[in-house]
Amino acid sequence: MISFETLHAAPPALVAHAPVLMVAAPLIAACAAALSPSARTSWMISVTGSIFAAWMALALVGEVARRGAVDYAIGGFAPPLGIALHIDGLSVLMALLVSSAGVMASLYSGHSLAADVRAEKHTLFQSGFLLCQTGLLGLVSTGDAFNAFVFLEVSSIGTYALVAIGEKRDRRALPAAFNYLIMGTIGATFYVIGIGFLYAATGTLNMADMAARLATLSDSSVVQAGFAFVVVGLGIKAAMFPLHGWLPGAYSYAPSLIAIFLAATATKTSIYLMARFVFDVFPNGAAFGQGFITSVLAPLAAAAAIVCSLQAVFEKEIRRVLAFSSVAQVGFILLGLSLASVAGASAGLFYLAAHALMKMTLFMALGGLAISLGARRIDELAGVARDAPWSAVAFGVGAASLAGVPLTVGFLAKWRLIEAALQSGQIWIVAVLAIASLLTLLYVGRMLEAIFFRPAPAGAQRAREAPVGVLVPLLVLAGLNIWFGLDASLPEQLANAAARALLGGAS
Amino acid sequence: MSFILSHFNYIAVATLMMAGLFIVFSSGNLIKRMIGLAIFQTSTGLLYISLAKVSGGTAAIAVEPASAEARDLASRLDPAYVAQHGIDGVVYSNPLPHVLILTAIVVGVATLAVGLAIAVRVREAFGSVEADEIEVLSRIESTQPGPQT
Repeated sequence: MISFETLHAAPPALVAHAPVLMVAAPLIAACAAALSPSARTSWMISVTGSIFAAWMALALVGEVARRGAVDYAIGGFAPPLGIALHIDGLSVLMALLVSSAGVMASLYSGHSLAADVRAEKHTLFQSGFLLCQTGLLGLVSTGDAFNAFVFLEVSSIGTYALVAIGEKRDRRALPAAFNYLIMGTIGATFYVIGIGFLYAATGTLNMADMAARLATLSDSSVVQAGFAFVVVGLGIKAAMFPLHGWLPGAYSYAPSLIAIFLAATATKTSIYLMARFVFDVFPNGAAFGQGFITSVLAPLAAAAAIVCSLQAVFEKEIRRVLAFSSVAQVGFILLGLSLASVAGASAGLFYLAAHALMKMTLFMALGGLAISLGARRIDELAGVARDAPWSAVAFGVGAASLAGVPLTVGFLAKWRLIEAALQSGQIWIVAVLAIASLLTLLYVGRMLEAIFFRPAPAGAQRAREAPVGVLVPLLVLAGLNIWFGLDASLPEQLANAAARALLGGAS
Repeated sequence: MSFILSHFNYIAVATLMMAGLFIVFSSGNLIKRMIGLAIFQTSTGLLYISLAKVSGGTAAIAVEPASAEARDLASRLDPAYVAQHGIDGVVYSNPLPHVLILTAIVVGVATLAVGLAIAVRVREAFGSVEADEIEVLSRIESTQPGPQT
């Protein structure tokens, strides 16, 4: 067991206000970055803000390990009247994931941004990136349903703009961002409508308070309509199959920094909020909730895992392959959650963290190569391993992890999912996982074959090794893929605590 | 008929909502889609505001309990309604949904601004704001190799 309680070494005065500092630090940094005179300064501000947020997230991990859950009444107004931040095992897992993804992405952005973003946009880009972090961190830590909407939109509006900035490299980023904006806003508005219904039925917006009042209201059709709106709205944001249409475009044409950060966090936080509602806010065991999990969530997740893996197999553009793979992997995560057992939720959340790690590695390796090589299609990457061995090796590790090769975190994550499915007696989920994993092997194999075994065609543009500023975070991520594959006690501990927080210890 | 009258606000909200969504999905013009989105978002505002109305309720600004204004407001309430709920004095509408929707409007304005800004950039990059024309131009792009750097 690793002791989180003293790991962060933050002074008590900071720890006491860690929940709000974690959210406010990137927000303040965003203002500073927007006003900063040069790209270099804004990059330093971005790195500082992200590291500070990650430090506070780590402090919260310690606090939650010590006290179980942290409640922070903003401005001293006690809930249910005031807005409260409520941070439990699940929130800290997500906060740690988002903030460390933010640190990695911002470190990486120092050397990669010039290739992706017009020079005059660098300060604003960093500002938008920090805003997006603010929104995601706020979303995972708030205890107020409407506040969650505001944070969701803060992060989304940042994301729309950041995806659109990718137009320097590929003008298709613009329609992709527009599409994402339309779908994202419809999703968020559905969520608001749902919250409106729930507010009408319960008269409260505080999630804990709402859960207590909903316990006796599960027969009310207003509550059930509210549930449907909330779940569909968040389903769009989480790219739940078949509501994932916006995702491939947004991920493939965004600047590589944003693809890295989004792949690790954006859909994941929406999954978090959906799980919060399905398991925590709505009465656990209510007929409509159970019906949703077994006859909507699980089949759709299985369909996503298979259909989108197939789409990835036939896709030619490398970043679109990874984007479709992301939708399929969201299916894996939701399959784990749909088991509605502590083991299942823990496996799903472990998969969520593992997937964030491997997709970050893959997108970062591609981003590093893209600095010197404008490759879009898989066959353009032929022979890259000879020109840029380190990036290629890191990509290989990420890809192996995605395919579930033993000794990588991806293998452990899949293993835990299968174990949990067997425990619940859901053999068909095991079959789905096996088929989807085979398909994953196919598309991963295609990419690796091009990179490692095919010679570069004569006269083709050659890649150069990524600069050191990109290689360091990249190799750290690749190393973590293997480290957690060998010794997963740290993510396991966090995922177990998160699953217990979500399902209240019941199995 | 009485159902329609008593649920008038919800019918209006649902109509607006569906109209907005229909425009978003049926139109290929990016600007029209933004208009549809704005209508859709506004309809939620109406939903929240109509939820907040308490019948006979006044704006949530505290009135001196024994003042002439308070007696005047109380006298306007429906006697049957007062007797049913045991109301003594002034009834206020719920201010919280107004505050919530004020926030949602701000979010909506920001979304609209970002969306229109992207539409302008789309027009600059593709020379069109029609989704199908952009689609055709994008398809050409996906067959070409990446840009040389």
